[in-house]
This record gives sequence, structure tokens and C-alpha cells, in this order.
Amino acid sequence: MEFLNALVAITNYVIIPATAYGAQLALGALGVTLVYSILRFSNFAHGDTMAFGTGVVILITWGFQAMGISFGPLPTALLALPFGIVVTSALMLGTDKVVYQYYRKVKAAPVVMVMVSVGVMFIMNALTRFLIGVDQINFADGARFVINARQWREMTGMSEPLTLRSTQVITVVTAILVVWALFWFLGRTRTGKSMRAFSDNEDLALLSGIDPNRVVAVTWIITGALATIAGTLYGLDKSFKAFTYFQLLLPIFASAIVGGIGNPVGAIAGGFVISFSEVGLTYAWKKVVTYLIPNWEPDGLVQLLSTDYKYAVSFTILILVLIFKPTGLFKGKIV
Amino acid sequence: MSTSRQADSAAGGRLRAPLFFALMAALIVLEGMTSGWNSALGILNMGLLSAIMALGVNMQWGYAGLFNAGAMGFVALGGLAPVLISMPPTQGAFKAGGFGILAAFAVAAIAVLGAVWLYRNLRGKLRGLAVTGVLIVGFFAYRWLFDPAVEVIEAINPSAAGNLGGLGLPTLVSWPVGALLAACAAWLVGKIALGLRSDYLAIATLGIAEIVVAVLKNEQWLDRGVLNVNGIPRPWPVPYEIDLQNSHAFVAKMQAWGIDPTLGSTITVKLAFLLLFVIVIFALIWLTEMSLRSPWGRMMRAIRDNEVSAAAMGKNVTRRHLQIFVLGSAVIGLAGAMMISLDGQMTPSSYNPLRYTFIVLVMVIVGGSGSNWGSILGGVLIWYVWVKAGDWGPDIMALLASPFPAGPFKEHMIDSAAHMRMLVMGIILLGVLRFSPRGLLPEK
Repeated sequence: MEFLNALVAITNYVIIPATAYGAQLALGALGVTLVYSILRFSNFAHGDTMAFGTGVVILITWGFQAMGISFGPLPTALLALPFGIVVTSALMLGTDKVVYQYYRKVKAAPVVMVMVSVGVMFIMNALTRFLIGVDQINFADGARFVINARQWREMTGMSEPLTLRSTQVITVVTAILVVWALFWFLGRTRTGKSMRAFSDNEDLALLSGIDPNRVVAVTWIITGALATIAGTLYGLDKSFKAFTYFQLLLPIFASAIVGGIGNPVGAIAGGFVISFSEVGLTYAWKKVVTYLIPNWEPDGLVQLLSTDYKYAVSFTILILVLIFKPTGLFKGKIV
Repeated sequence: MSTSRQADSAAGGRLRAPLFFALMAALIVLEGMTSGWNSALGILNMGLLSAIMALGVNMQWGYAGLFNAGAMGFVALGGLAPVLISMPPTQGAFKAGGFGILAAFAVAAIAVLGAVWLYRNLRGKLRGLAVTGVLIVGFFAYRWLFDPAVEVIEAINPSAAGNLGGLGLPTLVSWPVGALLAACAAWLVGKIALGLRSDYLAIATLGIAEIVVAVLKNEQWLDRGVLNVNGIPRPWPVPYEIDLQNSHAFVAKMQAWGIDPTLGSTITVKLAFLLLFVIVIFALIWLTEMSLRSPWGRMMRAIRDNEVSAAAMGKNVTRRHLQIFVLGSAVIGLAGAMMISLDGQMTPSSYNPLRYTFIVLVMVIVGGSGSNWGSILGGVLIWYVWVKAGDWGPDIMALLASPFPAGPFKEHMIDSAAHMRMLVMGIILLGVLRFSPRGLLPEK
């Protein structure tokens, strides 16, 4: 019984939150890795793109709510999501036309492209704040729980509570659908295959008649969509605050690099490695320890790292990967 | 066509720098005449500090093409130096917990070094087990020593102190110490991230900056965390306003010049800081210009312009990159320490990556990558624009919003004016990168 209680506590406080967070990171890292493999630079504006997309979704959600449209037990934001994706992808295409296109034409060094993405980051940052401000916004509506603590107790009769929030289920289900769609697109469609060819060897792809402008445009559309979905899921699960999204840049980059930058499977694996380490190391294990070791009450919280240092986890994993396996877990590109 | 344009730019080249600096001075004088000299000198002082940060970033980006996305971390780490060096020690804090903390750090260092040694000298499955084991045991030993020591220190007079305090040394000593702290952190990051893909350094520095600021916010025993450290002593020749106002000689002199003594005292203090900053800037410019003209400078440029050929000539590119990265970070740390002495307080929550990392990059790019005078110009100019965009933003927005009827939309427009400066910075950065990638004062 004690062992089961420990298991429930771990599921409730570590496995469920880390799975949801990992799915959000994975979607973010997929966007970074896609831009990296097709356009060949690290996009510093990605965090703010996520914030912008989420901001648009929130505005549309409010519009729907004002009109009395709802999605039943599901959050209204899911209805607004497609519109947010369209707006964000359009912005991405516009940014490419106005900003990035020129640097591709002059074949600028990757590090110059990174600097350019910092400029884009500033502008996205301002746009998001013009749009929605800097405050914390909670925009999740619909049913809050799939299983709440009382239902769990009635179901199992266990004293240790377990809750499953609907946003966590939605995050994971959406992420699975999105990843499936992305892999189907990259593996099965003509455009997807030409994108992979372009990523593997640009010159060869150009020689075989692939239109680079089309590949780049599709990449930006997908990046905008991934960023909006990742941002909205994160915002539904926690809450929206523009600056938090900028700070997500570090765990997202860490996920992409841990998995092997430029490799989509790696980005997903990296997201879960980062999220499980972060949640696992910052969780106070006292409850689990008291269940597992009878007759011993630890003095402290048995927390390895205070939650204020959660970014240190991403950083440390990043450093370890850079030292021991710079190509990442799944062989990424190394240039 | 091309020859005449080259001739033009050569003629403009000689006059370009003095012209831009004269423009800068005119803007500051204009500010002084319209908004008062306190405000003008305030902008100039912070502008010069930003210029020093820009000098450091320019060494990394301009001389070597290294992208440092964590200048904020080095500024913050430099800022720790005045707290640890020039604040008076907290009575009894060191005796109570100082040794515990030092011992904890020693244990941590031994564990890490031991793990490295084991990793290098063992092979096979045993290696992984031994390294993990040493690190885990080290971690728990560290926490076992560290936690009680921190508790004791934070219990000492928590409303006013609760931290270790400093050594009580002169503030000027803390400036080079700030540079040293930043240099050590830079060495650690550079050692790991340099020599790999070019943007890995950017991501690693982004991380270290977040962590440094998190440490400063949360480690109360070190710098009181978000409770802030106030009353950090000023550097040597800078007087305190209150002393000047109480000095009969000063008041008499000010009255003889027809200046209000209170205003006179604040301006005197700012001028004293200005003098110190200008001395530091000239020293840095002299050092950097000398080194750029030396064989070392030629080598750095050769590496930046073509890493492959420089490596083929037998230059150790990664080593040189590490060297310049550490030196540049030291300059950024120096600026961080100077900024804390100017403010007189340490407020860890005020470190914002946009302000201390990305604006500094804009300064370097606008001034001209690789050009030291350009960094000075860019530093002061962009800081001026940053401050002024904050002032003018609401006015411009109010003008734009005037045709709309009063209501939530108009309010929203006026409220969002505060974010105008981000937009301005983004447009400036993209504009310069696109249309004038060599900046205002191009490197010769």
C-alpha cells in the first residue's frame, strides 16, 4: 500500500506535469530545429514568436467568449487556435520577405543570421506587448479536471490524491496529433520530401529542381504553426506571460541540442529529457521518501534543487551534452 | 564611379568620427538645457557605462565574431564585487557560517575535480559508476555543510543584513575584482562551448546569464537576494551630496556662482563619477587600440576573417577565441561593478536580458563592429535613444490616439506606448544590419 501511495505521488507530481511540459518543449524544439535544418541558423526570436501566436489566440478566444461561442468542455482557445496559426504564419512569411530573404541572397554567415533574429526578436517582443500587454493572463476555460482528487479517492479509496487536469490531457493529445501530422508531411508528401532533401544537401536539392523559395515559405508556415500550438498549450497549462516565453528559449534550445539539432525525433526526445530532469530535480521528494522508507521522517523537503534554479537544469544538461556528445543523442547536424 | 565614392568615404572618414561625437555632445547639451543638467549627466553617465559594456561585447563580436547572448550575466556578476569587497562585514556572520560555506565549496570543488580525474583515468563501465558515485556523494556532502551555514547567516539581523557582508575595502578595489569574477565565469563557459558550432556559445551564455541572475536573486546569504543591498560605498574621490551641502566652503562657492547648493551638490557628484568613467574609458581605449595594432590584433582579425586559413597558418583558433572571450567578459564585468557603485545599491531583480544583453549588442552593431570608438559612440547614442524613446513614446502614442474616441481602445494604445522602445531598438538593429552593416564608425 505504501509503495502504491509512493507511486501515485510520483505520478501526480512528477510524471504527469513533466509529460505535459515535455510535450510543450518538444513542440517548441521542433520549431527551432526545423528553422535550423532548412534555414541554418538558431532562431532567437522563437520564444517571442510563441508569445505572439499565443497573444493572437487569446484575443480571438476573448472574441469568441464575447460572442458566446464555446467549445463545450474543451477550452475555447482550441477553437481560436487555427486562426492564431494563420495570423502567426502570415507574420512569419512577412518577416521572411522583409528581413531574412536578403541575408539568404547575400549568403550571410550563420552568426549574422542569429544577430538578425535578435532584431526580429525585439520587434516581435514589442508587437506582442502592443497586442496583449505584459500581465499574466489565464485563458483556460471549459472543464478543469479529467480526474480530481475527490473522484480519485472515490474510485480507488487511496489516501494519496491524484489529479489529472484537462489541459494536461489536451496538451499530450494535441502534441501527438501534431507530431504525427508533421512526420507524415515530412515523410510522405512531395513538399515534405523536398524539405528533407534541402536540409540534407542544399546544392544537390537545387540541382534536382527543388524550388528553394517554396521550401523556405513552407518552413516558415510550419514554424509559425508549431510556435503557436506550443505557446497556446503552455499558456493553457500554466498561464500566459510574455516574458516567460522569452525565458522558455533556454530549455527549448537545450531540448533541440540534447536531441541533436536539426533532427526532429531528437527534438522530441530532448524535450522529454529536459522536462523530466527539471521536474524531477526540483520536486520535493519528502512525501515519496516517507512512504518508501518506513519509520523515518526526513528533516528537509528532500528537494535536490530549489525551483528558482530550474533553468540551471537545462543549462547543466546542455553543458553535459556539449562536453560528451556535441552531436546530441540522435545524430544531429554539426557545422 | 567606384573610385570617386571611395574618395568620398575617405574624406568623410576623417571627419566622420568627430562629427558624430559632436552630434552626440550637442544632444547631451540640448538635454541639459531643456530638462536640466542632472538628467543630462545621468544619461551621459549611464551611457558611458553602457559604452564600456559595448567595448567588452565588441571585443567578442567585433574582433572575433563570437556571439555572447549573456552579457547580462557578466554585468550582474561584476556587480556582485562591490557588495563582497566594499560593504562592511556583517558582525559575526563569517564566524558563524563563513567557514561552513567555504568548506562546502571546497567539498564541491574536490568532488568535481575528483570526478574529472576519475573520468580521465578509468575505462569501461567502472568509469561511469565511479564518476556518478563521486558526484552524488559530493553533492550530499556539500548540501550537508552548506544548508546549516546558510541558515545561521541568514538568521543574523535579517531585517538589515542576513548576509555575509563584504570585506570593507575601498570601492575602487572592487572594480577589477568584478572584472575578475566575470572573467572566471567566462573561462568556464568558453572552455566548454567554444570550438563547437558558432551558436552553441550564444545558447550557453544565454543560460549562464539566467543562472547568475537566479543565484543573485535567491542566495540571501550572499547578497540578500531580492531584499537588495543598499548603501554601497562610493568610489574614492566621489563625495556625498549631504556632506557637500553641509560644507560651508562648498555652499559659499555655489552661492558665489549663483547656483542652488542642493542642485550644485548633485551635479558635482555626477561630474565626479563622469570623470572616473572617462578615465576608465580612455585607459580601455588605449589598451584595446594598442593591442589591435600589435601582431596579436592582426592575428585576431585574420582568425575572424578566415578561420580555416588562420588555422592552416598554425594559429590555435579555439585558444584565441577563449582568450578574447574572457577578456571581453572581464570588461563587461568591470562595467557591471562600476554600475553598482554608481547606483549605490544592488537590486538583482532589475537585471533584464533585453536591457543588459541585447541592447548592448545593438550598441556594438550601430557603432560599428570591431570599432572601439564606434562602441563608445553607439553606447551613449543608443542609451540616449532608449531613454528618450521611453519619454517620447507616450507623447507620440497620445498624438496617434487623439483621433480615436475615448474608451478602452484608446487607453490600450496609450498604455502600450511603454513598449515603443523595443520596437525602436528592433528597427534600428535590423536597419543597420541591412543598410549599413559596418555601422556608424566603421572599423578601418
